[in-house]
Amino acid sequence: MPLYHTEDQAMLADTVTGFMADEGGIKQQLRYYRDMGCQDGFGHALWKQFAEMGLTGMLASEADGGLAMGHVEAGIVLREIGRNLTPSPFLTTSVMGVTALSGGSDDLRGRWLPGVIAGDSVLAVAIDESPKHRPERIAARAEKAGNGFRLSGNKSFVVQGASADAIIVAARTSGSDTDADGITLFAVPKDANGITHENLRLVDSAMASNIRFDNVELDGDCVIGQVDGGRELLNKVLAAGRIGSAAELTGVGHGAFDITTAYLKTRKQFGRLIGEFQALQHRAAHLYSELEIASAAVIKAQQLLDGGAEKAELMVSVAKAKAARTCNLAVREGVQMHGGVGMTDEYDIGLYMKRDRSLTEFMGDQYYHAERVAQLSGY
Amino acid sequence: MSDLENFRQEIRSWLEANCPAEMRQPVTDEGDVCWGGRNFVFKNEAQKQWLERCVAKGYTVPDWPQAYGGAGMSPAQAKVWREECARIGARPPLSSFGIWMLGPALLKFGTEEQKVHYLGEIARGEIRWCQGYSEPGSGSDLVSLQTFGEDKGDHWVVNGQKIWTSYADKADWIFCLVRTDKANKYQGISFLLFDMTTPGVTTKPILLISGNSPFCETFFDDVKVPKHQIVGELNRGWDVAKYLLGHEREMISGAGGGDRLNAIGAVVARNGLEDPMLRAELAMFDVDALAYGCMGEKFLDEAKIGKAHPAQPNMMKYAGTELNKRRHELLMSAGGATALEWDSERTNGGSPARSWLRTKANSIEGGTSEVMLNVVAKRILDLPGA
Repeated sequence: MPLYHTEDQAMLADTVTGFMADEGGIKQQLRYYRDMGCQDGFGHALWKQFAEMGLTGMLASEADGGLAMGHVEAGIVLREIGRNLTPSPFLTTSVMGVTALSGGSDDLRGRWLPGVIAGDSVLAVAIDESPKHRPERIAARAEKAGNGFRLSGNKSFVVQGASADAIIVAARTSGSDTDADGITLFAVPKDANGITHENLRLVDSAMASNIRFDNVELDGDCVIGQVDGGRELLNKVLAAGRIGSAAELTGVGHGAFDITTAYLKTRKQFGRLIGEFQALQHRAAHLYSELEIASAAVIKAQQLLDGGAEKAELMVSVAKAKAARTCNLAVREGVQMHGGVGMTDEYDIGLYMKRDRSLTEFMGDQYYHAERVAQLSGY
Repeated sequence: MSDLENFRQEIRSWLEANCPAEMRQPVTDEGDVCWGGRNFVFKNEAQKQWLERCVAKGYTVPDWPQAYGGAGMSPAQAKVWREECARIGARPPLSSFGIWMLGPALLKFGTEEQKVHYLGEIARGEIRWCQGYSEPGSGSDLVSLQTFGEDKGDHWVVNGQKIWTSYADKADWIFCLVRTDKANKYQGISFLLFDMTTPGVTTKPILLISGNSPFCETFFDDVKVPKHQIVGELNRGWDVAKYLLGHEREMISGAGGGDRLNAIGAVVARNGLEDPMLRAELAMFDVDALAYGCMGEKFLDEAKIGKAHPAQPNMMKYAGTELNKRRHELLMSAGGATALEWDSERTNGGSPARSWLRTKANSIEGGTSEVMLNVVAKRILDLPGA
């Protein structure tokens, strides 16, 4: 398969790019909800518009009312979310959440997917339990209790967790904390008893919750897939979140790059446009090169993942590590090349720098994924 | 099964039956590369056989038209060919500046007669070409070149000197930039082809820091070049030169395949990898190398349908050569004192050190990294005054 968008994908990209430029812009979305102190960290009206465009259910099967698209298509949306810094539950809900629920029973999908697809509900994903991404270690426990389970433990960095209608939780139903087996995924309704949120605003104005589950009673219908056999499904959810955040990062990087090169073409010092200085030209050209390479790695990983290829896991980590490193370079160069105004809240470039940090951390940073590349390569 | 899948099966079984086992081993030194040409000495029977079998099918230049010695493959088919060759580790049957550089320029600018004649020779590996571009005073500022061709009616008389002419001492013919109008800088250069055995042509190898001499100085002393041996129009050779440079940069970038796209951590680790800091650097390198491999694939896919930016080979050359230099720095560090050995048998005659030193030319030859960045800034980013 060639490494560029098919005609259908290119059409989707055109539509989404235009729509997001009109509706998802920094002033209308990110700054608007940030400045009002919104406790969701995103706007429900735009989420409803996503639903009207069919984006909310793009990864769901047609039988479930979705579009049965893949990660290449989801990545098109995420890239534009990234470029516009749009606060959106799309990644956690429509990419990771739907991937998780797709491994669940008819009843479970029937319970949650219609609301997601209609843009009425959102999902959160609770996997990590420490400040760094370590999904190999899961200590939160769900003990058998009657026909259901009793869930206890702590989950951290659950993006939009306090706003979610259901939280997808990875918990241990057997074995010890670092066992590969013994994991079960649950779809936990927000109103279940025993859930305490520590809802926090992050550097990029997103809201994330540290969640405490204290003997939360769950009926058996909350289980997604197999009891004790959830690791495989969890890995799918992780891969979706990793390649999704990588795609979004390339959007952030390109967005930062575009406003920076535009600035180089308008700002004058010493009687010249600063973009005439070779010192800046070479750095901008290097950054362009890195962004192109990161985007290539992302689309390759998306295609491999959609095709169910064996190499997908390796390329997903390559893509996330490369996108994280590159986007970080883009935002650092962006602020530096803007000079003093780059430090002000009035200019958008600093917002890109903040978003880069959050997204890089989400589902594993460049160090985590470079380590994974080494391990998957056999060293 | 789709047509492309049928094609894949066809290629797979042809390769299985026709690619000799020796030709599926990695290339470890210069002698493993088949350059072709009048004076080429095959390293072994397998190398010769592999070339002959590919020539018969047009597989040395799979995407060139059949009329010019190719196999007439579509972009998608050529990609299948590359993938299937890579799958079994098949070596390229023929490596040549004719295939990588002159061929594409002839396909675009050559007359029908030139295409049939020269492309056929290239495809069959009969003529080995070298490139006469740089001069002692014209490196990055190539367009200032001084080698002059004086108009003598039905021929030119060429005088001057070229430098860094790769394998000029082994080449049969040269494609050469010659000034044919001293009054016009850009529109005063012509693109000429001539036989290296023409009287007045001499070459002198240059000893490099690697201890090898792949590059030469090439001198022209009253060299007669017939008028029909020009590609493109008189004084418009710069257009041909620039077009060819795009292909040269693409070639040097390594985008087309080969070890430049590979990760190295696992290979290094086979000999033990005890240093955690080195391991970390290797992991970061592998991320960059594997990502660059995707870029190479994407670039070729887009180039084949005219979707790549025309200046993109400059970006590829910059990224690919800087990556390759980093690769060899890491390989030297991983090899430790053994990698320092200059002529020992176990290092195959100092191969790690010599290869490492050779890579330093990657970001100089065919346009320096700094020139590549200039071109990207100007032509792709449209930065002011660039």
